[in-house]
Amino acid sequence: MRFERKDLLDLRSLSAEEINLILNTAASFREVLERPIKKVPTLRGKTIANLFFEPSTRTRLSFELSAKRLNADIVNFSSSTSSVLKGESLLDTARNIVAMKVDALVVRHSSPGVSHFLAQKLPVSIINAGDGAHEHPTQGLLDLYSIRERKGNIANLNVAIIGDIAHSRVARSDIWGLNKMGARVRVCGPPTLIPKDIEKLGVELTYSIEEALLDCDVVIMLRIQRERQKVSLVPSLQEYRDFFSLNREKLKLAKPDVLIMHPGPVNRGVEIPAKIADSRQSIILNQVTNGIAVRMAVLYLLLVHSSR
Amino acid sequence: MSLLIKRGKIVDPASGCEEVLDIFVQGEYIRKIGENIKSPAKEIIDAEGKIVLPGLVDMHTHLRQPGREDEETIQTGTFAAARGGFTTVCCMPNTTPTIDTPAVTDYIYREAKRSGVVEVFPIAAITVGQKGERLCEMGRLKKAGAVGFSDDGYWVVDSNLMRRAFEYAKMVNLPLISHCEDPYLSRGGCMNEGYWSTVLGFPGIPQEAEEIAVFRDISLLRLTNSRLHIAHISTRGAVELVKSAKEEGLNLTAEVTPHHIALSDEEVKTFNTNTKVNPPLRTREDIEVLKNALKDGVIDVIATDHAPHAQQEKELEYSQAPFGVTGLETALGIVIKELVEPGVLTLKEAVAKLTINPSQILGIDRGRIMEGGIANLAIVDLSRVWEVKENEFFSLSRNSPFIGWKLPAKVEFTIFKGKVVYSQQIEVKVRGRW
Repeated sequence: MRFERKDLLDLRSLSAEEINLILNTAASFREVLERPIKKVPTLRGKTIANLFFEPSTRTRLSFELSAKRLNADIVNFSSSTSSVLKGESLLDTARNIVAMKVDALVVRHSSPGVSHFLAQKLPVSIINAGDGAHEHPTQGLLDLYSIRERKGNIANLNVAIIGDIAHSRVARSDIWGLNKMGARVRVCGPPTLIPKDIEKLGVELTYSIEEALLDCDVVIMLRIQRERQKVSLVPSLQEYRDFFSLNREKLKLAKPDVLIMHPGPVNRGVEIPAKIADSRQSIILNQVTNGIAVRMAVLYLLLVHSSR
Repeated sequence: MSLLIKRGKIVDPASGCEEVLDIFVQGEYIRKIGENIKSPAKEIIDAEGKIVLPGLVDMHTHLRQPGREDEETIQTGTFAAARGGFTTVCCMPNTTPTIDTPAVTDYIYREAKRSGVVEVFPIAAITVGQKGERLCEMGRLKKAGAVGFSDDGYWVVDSNLMRRAFEYAKMVNLPLISHCEDPYLSRGGCMNEGYWSTVLGFPGIPQEAEEIAVFRDISLLRLTNSRLHIAHISTRGAVELVKSAKEEGLNLTAEVTPHHIALSDEEVKTFNTNTKVNPPLRTREDIEVLKNALKDGVIDVIATDHAPHAQQEKELEYSQAPFGVTGLETALGIVIKELVEPGVLTLKEAVAKLTINPSQILGIDRGRIMEGGIANLAIVDLSRVWEVKENEFFSLSRNSPFIGWKLPAKVEFTIFKGKVVYSQQIEVKVRGRW
């Protein structure tokens, strides 16, 4: 099959076939990363711009390295302040960069829908690198890739996503992706951090981490931001830790070969103790490595493979 | 000036008239309604096959003047009104300065006379500067011509102050129009809270933010025995509260907007900022309840909440864009398409909610067709389908969620005080003028 899209905006609108195509493509790029010379000429002559309107190190670097591994030129635009405050609209900023003849924009923004908005307005490929609490499709894909790499298959696995579901774009992309690949997804967190009607996305909901972990094949821990206690979404981080942090005791409820994942950045000692983050079951750093392969695949499929 | 409208089907809910008759207009007034009128007239409009409605009355419009003349002016807003068949618009007070003094109220009248093509009745603020702190001079504002009071855009949070407002408004016999929204519960929200806000990752505005406010206002209405009109009702729960308060005999009325009838919160998935309105677009289930409430008379009025915004303000990240859509030019078409064609309302019922009902609530002598009455009329071809096009709006702004829609019920003529203020000729002349 061909990947007939201009943009990668979310996992909600991708089919299982499209996801498989991306994961399979990523597998072939994954091998490149193990070579002494980690570079292929696939995107030579293509230019990509990172547009990051929100602080990010990991995702931005990951896209940058992915582009470089494929021989594309990549430039960075970062602005931690809203473009509105700066006096130039987001669209104008993006139009200016497009006018410099780039082929794709990788966009990170705190407002949901920004990538969709730009994709509607601009002729170049848009890759959503995270839009508010909406989606983070390449993170979702690299999570699927990492699970498939270890488990061989995604269908019928029990996957628990634990933490601040309400504010997590990763949770949403993971839920869509895992569901499409046939996994059984449970979400778990304090009720204040669970968005309304989450079950309608096809997940089970529990407020008990013990229930969430029972017979689990994969557990995805999410970061809890310190600011959440200021607005009474959690009474204190200490209480949050007591109820929602992983520990050895709780992990016994999961299957013995449970995988532990985290999209980062990790709050060691809050949602996950250092020992578990560094344990043999943890694949947190594999996720990061696989992220490069998945983003290479996405860039390749959008910029070369698509017949558009 | 004289005008003869031949063989149009008059649909006048106030009198119950639904007959094919001629209307003879002389000066600003309707002189005669009857069959086969022979009076010589300077201008004759053949309305055969068309319907003739009382000029529509919008009790919830934002005209932006004074203060935001880049978004809309009284001139452009009244042109938009005329294009939509409206001859009376009631403008909300959230201008700069606020309509909270007799001087600003008077300015609206004078500016409407000077530059407007239809008439404008100002709705004054309940509290000074819409700040929710001190009561406006309701007596002097009524004398200056205010037809109602509203802090539209804000709910009066202080219940004691709102109680005083209800009490004092009885003296001037005008309704309070309440924008029902508990600002603590809605804080930070961009859309209805529910499945779609969860999918899209937006902070949600729960339906309860509206319902808590409606409940409190009804409680204060009961306490004060005053008059209350609920602006832009949008939820099932709010409808139930209004219904039971009406059954109890309280003096309250409610309005709904065309966009809350035609669009559900699912539309937000397009991230089109013209789906960002306050109250937010609600669920399909709410829409069904709103339709039934219109049918049962629980909702009395259809009002546009016409809220023009400049292109650069709406062409933003969804969360940064302001709330509001334009509505004057599409309201009738949406009402016919969504309510009359599917049989939710009869034509007469729908027209009542756009004419006589709002007029009666505000105590203005408008919204009917009768001999001796002011000649405010809209002549409409119900079956003529037209496409809503972005570059054809008379409004200075284009923030409509209905761009690209095909709507029935093309307004062919709008007549204000005996004068044609909208026609195909005017359409061609005005289009692209600003």
